[in-house]
Amino acid sequence: MRELPSIAPARIVRGMRPFARHWRITTPGWADAVAFLLLAALAVLVAKGAAGVAEPLADLRIDPVSLDPWHLPAYALRTTLRMFAALGASLLFTFVVATLAAKSKRAEMIIVPALDILQSVPILGFLTFTVTFFMGLFPGQQLGVELAAIFAIFTSQAWNMAFSFYQSLRSVPADLAEVSQGFGLSPWRRFLRLELPFATPALVWNAMMSMSGGWFFVVASEAISVGKTRIMLPGIGSWLALAIDRQDFGAVGWAVGAMAIVILLYDQLVFRPVVAWADRFRFEQTASQDAPTSWAYDVFRKARLLPVLFAPLRLLGALLMTLDRAPARAQRPQRRRTRDPIGQKLWLALVAVVLGAALWVVIGYVARHLAWGDAVSAFGLGLITMLRVLVLIALASLVWVPIGVWIGLRPRWAERLQPIAQFLAAFPANVLFPFAVIAIVHWHLDVDVWLSPLMVLGTQWYILFNVIAGASAIPNDLREAAGMFGVRGWQWWRQLGIPGIFPYYVTGALTASGGSWNASIVAEAVSWGSERLEAHGLGTYIAKATTAGDFPRVTLGIAVMSVFVIGFNRLLWRPLYAYADRRLRLA
Amino acid sequence: MATLASLPAARPLVAIEHLTHRYGKGGTSGALLVLDDVALTLVENEVVGLLGRSGSGKSTLLRSIAGLIAPDEGTIAFVPDETGEAPSVSMVFQTFALFPWLTVLQNVELGLEAQRVPAEERRTRAIAAIDLIGLDGFENAYPKELSGGMRQRVGLARALVVNPSLLLMDEPFSALDVLTAETLRSDLLDLWSEGRMPIKSILIVTHNIEEAVLMCDRILVFSSNPGRVAAEIVVDLPQPRDRLDPAFRALVDDIYARMTARVAVEPVQDGVFPGSGIQMVLPRVSTNALAGLMEEVDAPPFDGRAAMADLADQLQLEIDELFPIAETLQLLRFAELQGADILLTPAARRYVEADVDDRKAMFARALLAHVPLAQHIRRILDERTGHNAPARRFRDELEDHMSPDYADETLRTVTHWGRYAEVFAYDEDDDRFSLEDAV
Repeated sequence: MRELPSIAPARIVRGMRPFARHWRITTPGWADAVAFLLLAALAVLVAKGAAGVAEPLADLRIDPVSLDPWHLPAYALRTTLRMFAALGASLLFTFVVATLAAKSKRAEMIIVPALDILQSVPILGFLTFTVTFFMGLFPGQQLGVELAAIFAIFTSQAWNMAFSFYQSLRSVPADLAEVSQGFGLSPWRRFLRLELPFATPALVWNAMMSMSGGWFFVVASEAISVGKTRIMLPGIGSWLALAIDRQDFGAVGWAVGAMAIVILLYDQLVFRPVVAWADRFRFEQTASQDAPTSWAYDVFRKARLLPVLFAPLRLLGALLMTLDRAPARAQRPQRRRTRDPIGQKLWLALVAVVLGAALWVVIGYVARHLAWGDAVSAFGLGLITMLRVLVLIALASLVWVPIGVWIGLRPRWAERLQPIAQFLAAFPANVLFPFAVIAIVHWHLDVDVWLSPLMVLGTQWYILFNVIAGASAIPNDLREAAGMFGVRGWQWWRQLGIPGIFPYYVTGALTASGGSWNASIVAEAVSWGSERLEAHGLGTYIAKATTAGDFPRVTLGIAVMSVFVIGFNRLLWRPLYAYADRRLRLA
Repeated sequence: MATLASLPAARPLVAIEHLTHRYGKGGTSGALLVLDDVALTLVENEVVGLLGRSGSGKSTLLRSIAGLIAPDEGTIAFVPDETGEAPSVSMVFQTFALFPWLTVLQNVELGLEAQRVPAEERRTRAIAAIDLIGLDGFENAYPKELSGGMRQRVGLARALVVNPSLLLMDEPFSALDVLTAETLRSDLLDLWSEGRMPIKSILIVTHNIEEAVLMCDRILVFSSNPGRVAAEIVVDLPQPRDRLDPAFRALVDDIYARMTARVAVEPVQDGVFPGSGIQMVLPRVSTNALAGLMEEVDAPPFDGRAAMADLADQLQLEIDELFPIAETLQLLRFAELQGADILLTPAARRYVEADVDDRKAMFARALLAHVPLAQHIRRILDERTGHNAPARRFRDELEDHMSPDYADETLRTVTHWGRYAEVFAYDEDDDRFSLEDAV
C-alpha cells in the first residue's frame, strides 16, 4: 500500500530545519470537505452575529496613538505582550485539542481535517469577523479589541502547533508506551513523563515558526478598519499605520528599527534558550555532536537561574502530580471489545445533522447576498493571484537556491548566515511595504507588476534557510565522490545538488507559497497617506471587502482563496513531497 | 535431559491455558494466527526460555503475561502466594526502552513513582537497585551518555526495583555486541544463582539457541505460523554452563534439529513458508546471501554438509538470519535440511563452480521451477502484448491472501530474485514489471 509520507517531527528537529506544516498520514478527502464546510458555516455565523453589533463601535474612544519616539518602547512592549498572550493561548489550545484528537477516535474525525484546512487558509481574511465579534463581546472597552488582536495572532499560530503535537502523540515510541502501561502510569503521569517530553522538540520548533508568522499578523491586526470603525491599539502596528497615514518617512524607519530589536531580543532571550533546553527531550539514544547552543541559556545556567525560571513549570507539574491521587493499579487490558456500533452510528448521525445545517446556512447566506457573477469574478482574481504566487516562488527559487546551496556547502558561512535567514523570515515584511509604495509612486511603475514582489518579501527566506539546511545535510562522501570523478556544472546540480536539497526545498517552497497567499491580502492593496495602490487580485478583493464591511464578499473571497491554497497543496506540493520522500531520502 | 516428571513439585506462579491470538482483521479466517492454543505453567525458581523465530508469537505471549496485550482467547491466571498476594511482573525490553529525558535514577524510580511510593523511600530503593546492578556512580547520567550494556543494566534495575515475582525479558541481549551480551548474561546468572534479586522466576524470549541453553532450566521451542509450542526441553546441566562441554553442544544440536524438524517431516518442500502456490510468503533474503551460504557449505571444512549450529557459529548468524536463507535454498532445491544439518544438492555445487552468467541461468531455472509467484509474473508478462504489467496487480492479488506488509515484502523479494535472474525487470518509478531488460 502506498501512503503519503509523514515527516516525523523528530527527524526535522536537529539543527536548523524548521517545519511549518505537517502532512497528515491518511488523507480522507471527504473529511476535508466536511471540515471546510463546517468552518465556513462558523465564519458565516460569526459574521452575522458581528454585523449587528458593528454600529455602536463608531463612538468608541481609545487613547490616540502618537508618533513620539519616546512612546515606541512602550508600544513595542505592548505588541510583544500580545504575541506572548497569543502564544500562551495557542499552547493551551494545542494541549487540549491535539490531545483530544489523539485520544478520541470521534474527536479525531473532526479535529484533524479541520486543523489541516485551517493551517492552509488565509487567516488574515478572518480579521474582519473576529474584530467585530470581540468588540461586540466587550462593547466600549479596550479589552474587546485587545482580545480581537490576540485572537488574530492566535489564529496564525495555533494550527501547526496543534498538528505537530497531535502527530507526536500518535508516534510515541512503542517501547516507552509499553513501559508506561506496564508500570500502570496514570494518564496524567503518562502525559507529563512520556507524551509531553516526547512532543516538546517538535512543538518548540513549531512555536518558533508560529511566532515568526505572528509578527506579520500583529502588525496587521493592531490598526484595523472595519466598516466605518478605525481602531488603533497602542503598538508598533498602529504606529506604522499612523506613520503611513501621515506619510512620515522617519517614523516608518523607527518602526523598522524597533521591530528588528524586538525580534532579535525575543529570539536570543527566549527561543534560542528554549531550543537549547528542549534538546534534552530529543528522542535519540546517542548524544548528538551539533546540539543547539544558546549563549543566553549558558548564562542562565551558569547563573543558576534555570531553577528559578523553571520554578513555575515545576510547580505546575508538582501540582498536577499531587492532584493525581488515583490509586496505582496496573491495569490489565480487557479483551478487545467490538466497537459500540450504536454509539458510533449516533455520532455519525449527529455529524451528518450538523453538516446538513451548515450546508443550509452557507448556501442560504451566500445565495441571499451574492450572484454567480461574484463567484466567477472572485475565481478569476484568484487565478491572477495564483499566477503571481507561482511566478514569484519560481523567481525566488532561482535566486535563493544557488545562493542557499553555496552557503550550505560552506559550514562556516552556513553557521553564521542561517540565523540571519531565520531572522529575516521572522521580520514582518509589511513593515517594509511603505518603502515599496514610495518607490512605485515616485517612478510611476506598473502597480500590477511591481506590487507583486511584496508578497514574497517576507516569505522567500523560508526557501533560503531550508535550502541552506538541505545543502549542509548532503553527505560528505557523496560530495567527495562527485569531486573525485570530476562531476561539476549542470551534471553536479542534476545528480547531486538538486536531489540533495529537494525535500528541504519542497518544505521551504510550500511554506513560502502558503505565506505568500496570505500576504497577498495586505500586499496587493497598499497605501501611503492618500496614495492608494491596488493591484488586481484576490487579495485586493478581500481587502476591499473588509474595508467596506462587506461580509458576504469577504466570505466568498476567503472561501475561494482557501480552495486555491488547498488545491495547490494537494495537487502540487503533496505529490512533490511524496516523491521526495520515496526517492530522494538520503538514508 | 530429564523428563518433566522427575522435577520436584514447585509452587506455580502463572498458569496459562488455551491462549490464542490473531493479528489483523478478517475474523478467524483472514487474520494471521499468532498464538494457537498455547498452554504454559511457570513455577518458582526456574528460568524459562521461549525460543523461536520472528513471527512465532513468543513476544506476543510475553506481552500477554505482562498485561500489555489482551489475547483473543484463553486465560492467564496468576496464582496467589500464601499471603494471598498475586504475583507481579516486570519487563526488560530489547530496545532498553529508557526515557532519554530522565536520568538513570529517574528512570529507575519510574515504576515506584507510578505506585505512589514516597520520594524518600523511592530514592533509597532505586539507589539500592542501581548498586545491585553495578551502576553506582551513574545515578545522574542520562541514558544517551551510557553504552548499550549499561543502558540494559538500567533497564534491569528499573524492572527489579518494583520487586516483581516474575521477570519478563524480551530478547534482552540481542541489541548488544557479543562481548557485552556475554558479560551481562553472566552477571545476571550470578545474581540469580546467588539469590540476590527479589524475583522468583524469569521468563526470557530469545532467538539465540546457545543463549537459551546457557541460561534456562526449561526451553519452550515455538513453531511459527501459527505460533505453537513445538517442543519442551528441560536443561539439567549444572550452572555455570560451559559452551564447549560436549553435553552442551549436543543439546544445541538437538534444538537445531527440532527447529528444522517440521521441514524435514514434509517431503515436498513447498510448505517451508506459510501459504502455498503464489500465496507463499517469501522472506527477504538477498541472492548474495544465498550464494554466500552455498559457497560456505561447499568449501572445507563442510564439503557440502554442515551442522546448522556450526554454521551459525562460523558465520556469526542468529537463527533468525540463518534459517530463512537455508529454507530459501531448500525451496529452490539448492539444499536439503536433514535433522540439524544442511546438505547441498548437486545443483548447488554446480552453481558454486559456475561463473556469473551460468549462475544467473541456473538461478533463473530454479526460480521459475520452484517459486510459483515468479512463474506467475513471468507468464503474465509473456502473455501480454507489451510484455509489461503494473506491480499493483500482483500486490492486490497477494493481499487477498496475506497482510499488506507481507504482500509488500513478498513482492519485493520476488522482484529482487527476478532481477538477479534476469527473468523480468521492474521499474520503480512506474511501479511496473516488464520483460525489457530480461533475457
